[in-house]
Amino acid sequence: MLKYILKRLGLAFIILIGASILIYMLSMLMPADFIDTQTAAALQSGAMTMDDVMRLKELYGLADKSFGGIMKSYFSWLKSALSGDLGFSFLYQKPVTKVLSEYIWLSFMIAFISYILEIAIGIPMGIKASVNQYSAYDYTVSVFAMMGTALPSFFLSALLLNVFAIKLRIFPLQGLTTATKIFDKNAYIQIFLDKAWHLVLPITVLTLLNAGYIMKFTRTNMLEVLNSDYIRTARAKGLSEKAVTYKHAFRNTMIPLVTTLSGMIPGLFGGAMITETVFAIPGIGYMALRATLQGDIPFIMGYNMFLAVLTVLGMLISDLMYMVVDPRVKLS
Amino acid sequence: MSNYLRSGLMMMTTEKEKITESNVNGNNGNNNIELELEHNFRVISPGRMVAKRFFKSRLSVAGLIMIIFVFLFSFVGPLIVDATWGYKETQVFKIERVSDMFTTADFTGPDGMKYTYYDKSQTVITFKAPPSKDHWLGTDTSGFDIFTRLMYGGRISLVISFIVIFLETFIGIIMGGLAGYFGDWVDLLIMRLVDIFSSLPTLPILLVLSATISSIEAIPPEHRIYYLMAFITLLGWTGVARIVRGQILMLREQEYMMAATTTGISSFHKIFRHLIPNTMPQLIVTATLGLGGVILYESTLSFLGIGVPFPRAAWGSMIALADPAKGQDILANYPNMWVPAGILIVVTVLGFSFIGDGLRDAFDPRMKR
Amino acid sequence: MGLKNFFERKKIEGVDNTMYLTLREERRISKENNRIIKYYERQKARKNVPEEEYLTQMRDPNNVVEFDNLHTYFFTDVGTVKSVNGVTFDVPIGKTVGIVGESGCGKSVTSLSLMQLVQAPTGQIVEGSIRYQAGDGKCYDIPKVPKDRMLKLRGKEISMIFQEPMTSLNPVFRIGEQMDEVILLHEEGATPEIAKERSIAMLKSVGIPMPDKIYTKYPHELSGGMRQRVMIAMALLCNPRLIIADEPTTALDVTIQAQILELLREVKERINGSIMLITHDLGVIAEMADLVVVMYAGRIIEKGTVREIFHDPKHPYTIGLMRSKPSGKLKDNRLYSIKGQVPNPINMPDHCYFLNRCDMAMDICHGEYPKMIQYSPTHFAACYLCGESSFPKNDLAKE
Repeated sequence: MLKYILKRLGLAFIILIGASILIYMLSMLMPADFIDTQTAAALQSGAMTMDDVMRLKELYGLADKSFGGIMKSYFSWLKSALSGDLGFSFLYQKPVTKVLSEYIWLSFMIAFISYILEIAIGIPMGIKASVNQYSAYDYTVSVFAMMGTALPSFFLSALLLNVFAIKLRIFPLQGLTTATKIFDKNAYIQIFLDKAWHLVLPITVLTLLNAGYIMKFTRTNMLEVLNSDYIRTARAKGLSEKAVTYKHAFRNTMIPLVTTLSGMIPGLFGGAMITETVFAIPGIGYMALRATLQGDIPFIMGYNMFLAVLTVLGMLISDLMYMVVDPRVKLS
Repeated sequence: MSNYLRSGLMMMTTEKEKITESNVNGNNGNNNIELELEHNFRVISPGRMVAKRFFKSRLSVAGLIMIIFVFLFSFVGPLIVDATWGYKETQVFKIERVSDMFTTADFTGPDGMKYTYYDKSQTVITFKAPPSKDHWLGTDTSGFDIFTRLMYGGRISLVISFIVIFLETFIGIIMGGLAGYFGDWVDLLIMRLVDIFSSLPTLPILLVLSATISSIEAIPPEHRIYYLMAFITLLGWTGVARIVRGQILMLREQEYMMAATTTGISSFHKIFRHLIPNTMPQLIVTATLGLGGVILYESTLSFLGIGVPFPRAAWGSMIALADPAKGQDILANYPNMWVPAGILIVVTVLGFSFIGDGLRDAFDPRMKR
Repeated sequence: MGLKNFFERKKIEGVDNTMYLTLREERRISKENNRIIKYYERQKARKNVPEEEYLTQMRDPNNVVEFDNLHTYFFTDVGTVKSVNGVTFDVPIGKTVGIVGESGCGKSVTSLSLMQLVQAPTGQIVEGSIRYQAGDGKCYDIPKVPKDRMLKLRGKEISMIFQEPMTSLNPVFRIGEQMDEVILLHEEGATPEIAKERSIAMLKSVGIPMPDKIYTKYPHELSGGMRQRVMIAMALLCNPRLIIADEPTTALDVTIQAQILELLREVKERINGSIMLITHDLGVIAEMADLVVVMYAGRIIEKGTVREIFHDPKHPYTIGLMRSKPSGKLKDNRLYSIKGQVPNPINMPDHCYFLNRCDMAMDICHGEYPKMIQYSPTHFAACYLCGESSFPKNDLAKE
């Protein structure tokens, strides 16, 4: 098994290197004088020196445009990335890694709560739909699932804001905190509740959009399992339909479910760019979108590299979980 | 259609069939095994079976109706509108109406107290007209007729999505086909490429590329759309490639490929005859479902202002008018400007999803009903 | 060879130029099916049904199961498939009945009907009764028994062994768990320890070496033959009155087949229950069965004791089957095979189903379907060949 893990890790590393090359090519999108314009203000205020600017240009392959020069720049960028330095953000005037570490936790919290809710809603509905295939319940639930994937997040957000924030005045419009309320420094509960209240709508949006996918996934896998021979054996043993469904069938469906769901966990740190922006929640997605639209190349590269790492991590975890939940996968 | 579909037919016939190709292995004397069917034997042709299964599902039919509606709306609509009213995509309509205007200001009075100045007056504005007989959905913040813009927006979304899907499928078939057929290092190389491309986060990268393209003044806005399509294609071909390769690998194992080898059919013939028609069902399903995805990406980019350029119409940019960051006015008071665009996006994507799902179920010979 | 021809599939003679169902016919079939299926499903789903509705009397108390004019149909998109089309036979207590016939003749569906395991909602028992004598002396009419009551019979009094041992066991549970489940489900006062003991003892009795080790293993760690032994052990756990074995050896290698058959023979000696053995292999029938039922296209065309069937087959189909068996004695090089095909199960003709393949067909065979003719207290055949029954009917005549 150790050999298998090492092999997968090696593969993941190669994939990430490849991704890093593609992402590094993004820096070539920068026009020639881009760094000059971006650092002009910093240069003038004395926060950076000409040397710093030159180093930046070298780092992003803008100093020496020959092929050898770009290769050199890529490797130096890669080297610093591997040692944890993902560059210095123009927009936020901080190292990219610092921005990441400050803002991913809020995004993670929102994403995680949605994740739990999606599972709690999606799995039971999926099971019920698969047991009653072709029934009215099945159709409604399937349609609901598909609407979840068809709704653009910004549209759903705007709709919910219109109804719940403006017309009904239940939830606040934007932001994480209420600007007009001043809380005592130690009123943690109140601060927490205020923030939570602001997060209800964004979490709702994320949940509604993704619950459908889990429900459909569960339903498809349950249907396949329910048509297997061993389910027929279980029925022949005299087990009730409930036992057949929840004990025998579901335990088999859990294999693809657990592997897929656990593979989604690293992605929860990535942030939801559009939703966070519409609701003005200061998560990493919000920060990243601003940086993207304003051409903060170091941040963009660092952030995308981060996301690629998360994706590959997700694939790794998903594969490893197979070994845990499926007894047929040998652990030798 | 294909052997895959014929298995549905097989459930009604028996195993032996008259082989009209050259003899299989010349087993002395027993080449042509006649098919004896009772005179009252009825069957359904495979193509009809797929169509029948498709139309049986109400969702599939609903999806088809939805897509036909959107197509008519987007392609025939503008022609009708132009003919009857002469409205164009970026034609500005100045409709005067009286509207309330509120002004507030905070200031400190001579007595040191804080006061708020509040003024309500009326002004004449020519944009943001409410729905009327002439403009069924009113006009937007720039004076364009919203209803017409919906049609043009639909047109561009559909065109972009079809072109992108076509390109993705084309590239995917080539890459997947090469990988699956040749195997060895070709397969390894291409699959690593697939892994690398699919590890890239689609939306962020797409945003970067589009934002950069938008900021480069050298590229005219009209050409931005082409770059857009190229970018989405680049990030999306991996799905098709994986499917094609997987199907090819599966089919290579199957017995009838062995049979084809023994009858001496050339390898090129082999691929097109057997492999492509058998991967067709899955490809059609993936392509249909992918259409919705591309529309969502395009509308997201347009929402952020880096997709279809202003002043062209796009559903996403119409919804952008309601962005709460720009103020609550449009969001709260002018739903006619943005809600229909969102509804159309949902209808289109849902329609493609229904059809894609319906096709997938219709092609599957193992369906119990 | 134009581009168009490139993508067209080859036309099959005899298939592409036969008639297709028209759209109207398809729709009519669909509507009918939905109506019928809804009716039967609703009947089956009733709860709290009073016992009188499904209790009845056995015709002969020496039988454990009596099939009486059973009709099980599948309501498919292309029409109604009459899988079991009027099947009547008995399974006496303590005897082994072999059901023999080719693929698609309805033998599996017959046994599934007995267990109420026919693939719903397309498959339904539409007519007839299956009288089962339970351990408590009551006689149940299976088609009328509601689902919740049927659960108590399945696995406990009637158990089934399936054809595919490779896929019949749940891959995520250990062998021991799956076996204990049966005991814990059906036996009053069973504890996990008792269940474990009995499971291991049963594994031992079916010839599995190191049963306590196997108890902890997963199905994928066992070979096909071992899995089938486990299935047999599972079937025996609650001392069933009737075991249904649906082609238990077909999916195994020949050497393993012999072993499993040996085991089944042993089991037959050991238990005092009956066995319904479904197979297309005459060799298995000869070894195991006491009584034989020959099915063809959903109907029984001959039934009798194993001696009668093998030494004195009456129906041309049975005769053909006997001759088709490869035997070392034949001087011919050619293997005998019955010419022709099974008729289309949807539109069955009114005359004898075997007509188009029969060597000995007569004019009268084009008329009505032949009735069952009795040749001995146990031997019946449905054929016009041997004239009227030469055996006097008596009270115990079945059909």
